[in-house]
Amino acid sequence: MAEALLELRGVAIAFGGLRAVDDVSLAVAPGSLSALIGPNGAGKTTLFAIASGFLRPDRGTVRFEGRDITGRPPHLNARAGMTRTFQIVQPFAGQTVRDNIAVGAHLHLAARRAALAEAERVAARVGLDTQLDKPAADLTVAGRKRLELARALATAPKLLLLDEVLAGLNPQEIAEMLPVVRGIVAGGVTVLMIEHVMQAVMNLAEQVWVLSQGRLIAQGTPAEVTRDEAVVEAYLGHGTARRLLQEAVP
Amino acid sequence: MKDLIAIAAFVALVAALLAGADSGVVLNFVTMALYATLLAQAWNLLGGYGGQFSFGHALFFGTGAYAQAIAQLQTGLPAWVALPLAVLAAAVVALFVGALTFRYGLKGSYFALVTLAFAEVFRIVALQLPITGAGVGLMLPLQESLAALQFGSPRGYGWMALALVALALLTTSWLRHSRFGARLQAVRDNEDAARALGIDPFATKLAACVLSGTFMGAAGAFYVQMFHYIDPAIAFGPTTSVEALLGAIVGGMGTLWGPVLGALALHALSDLTRNLFGDLPGLNMVIYGLVLVLIVTFMPRGIAGIGQSVRQRWQGGGRG
Repeated sequence: MAEALLELRGVAIAFGGLRAVDDVSLAVAPGSLSALIGPNGAGKTTLFAIASGFLRPDRGTVRFEGRDITGRPPHLNARAGMTRTFQIVQPFAGQTVRDNIAVGAHLHLAARRAALAEAERVAARVGLDTQLDKPAADLTVAGRKRLELARALATAPKLLLLDEVLAGLNPQEIAEMLPVVRGIVAGGVTVLMIEHVMQAVMNLAEQVWVLSQGRLIAQGTPAEVTRDEAVVEAYLGHGTARRLLQEAVP
Repeated sequence: MKDLIAIAAFVALVAALLAGADSGVVLNFVTMALYATLLAQAWNLLGGYGGQFSFGHALFFGTGAYAQAIAQLQTGLPAWVALPLAVLAAAVVALFVGALTFRYGLKGSYFALVTLAFAEVFRIVALQLPITGAGVGLMLPLQESLAALQFGSPRGYGWMALALVALALLTTSWLRHSRFGARLQAVRDNEDAARALGIDPFATKLAACVLSGTFMGAAGAFYVQMFHYIDPAIAFGPTTSVEALLGAIVGGMGTLWGPVLGALALHALSDLTRNLFGDLPGLNMVIYGLVLVLIVTFMPRGIAGIGQSVRQRWQGGGRG
């Protein structure tokens, strides 16, 4: 395997007595589309915050393109090519969609005109091109998720950390988003996504890590992890895997 | 481009007023309204576009004013040389205070309190030091000439204020159409999202603070040139801080013309109440305060956002 783009080694962080992330190691291959799944409160978003520099881990290291970036502030990570989105969308509410995306584009483009033009191009990629002049606050949930994605994409990242860009969307909207995400990867951006929508994970991800109570409990292809007993139990409760098996074989 | 045309039109209009008016009352009104505009626009750069609500902007104003006076009195520099020094001094103080407060992530009311505290500290220090004239203050010798930046009529000061306001408007317009401005507003609207997009909130806010302080310093220097006098209460007292932030808030924060409208409206209001109720001392302040409360309650976007506020109220009323 080529050198990992993002590599976490033995990362751990505790909030008071709660071990939010406990000894997690994973490596994201360049050009891949992988997913991080797990029940609510498993520590997925916390792991993202550590990878992107919003939190400094108590133990372990974060490496990006082979360099140790543990605890480096997020704006420097973004400049180096790693951009995250937020599960709870964080638009610049008073500004238009175009202005929002242009903020991302300004990372590499100093001129206002160039950033605004780039914002239009990125908006077209995620299907926001008809709403460019709307205030971000007036967008629907689906629109805001697209905006979150567009803004991150406008920074021209090497690695995109997507935190539940599909949550809260209806099946129709999800179906519309899947090709968008696939298109981003096809465009050469490595994507690591946190996702609850299993349909999407099965559909998109090449590699899946499963996090439960701060620990990595399984990894593999989507088909492998969904068959994993530990994963089923983490989602559905202790003993479920055996019960399901018994019901399946009468 | 639209901004530039509007600014040119505004400057032309005020210039015509300054050139044409004969009455000292009118000239004085225009000059003082421009001065209030300068304060409001300076505050707007950091408060309106950066979302950092300073309650102690007099800190930079007073620094500029004292630097302007001290440079002339103690070192004998000409007023024209003192002016850039005064602006620089204010910028340095803004850099220092901004670095200290933003480094520790002070926001909202904490930022407001710390700036207020700094202004008070400077006021008390100015009361003690011989170089600031202590409680007596500093007085510039009367010397009416362009070289000394002192003018025989209010008209001269009007031109000077207009030049500074034009510069502040141009700077604000640049802010609205530049990468720095986009980043500043991003930090104002959502600091975490801004960080994720590669923006350094500390550096961004600090730069805005210095820019804002620079214009406050220029306003301080202007004040000394016009009134030939500065003391600790005028320089660092809350009056100037409040005048700066009210002008921007009443007019409309984060807009190009809001501070102009706000400063003009407040200045007209305070003149009017003083003239009407001058024989009932204090009543003018009551009316002034009442109008302020009404404006802040019913026009949260200020005068510049009045259309938007009315629309929203109308729609909100329709829903019950």
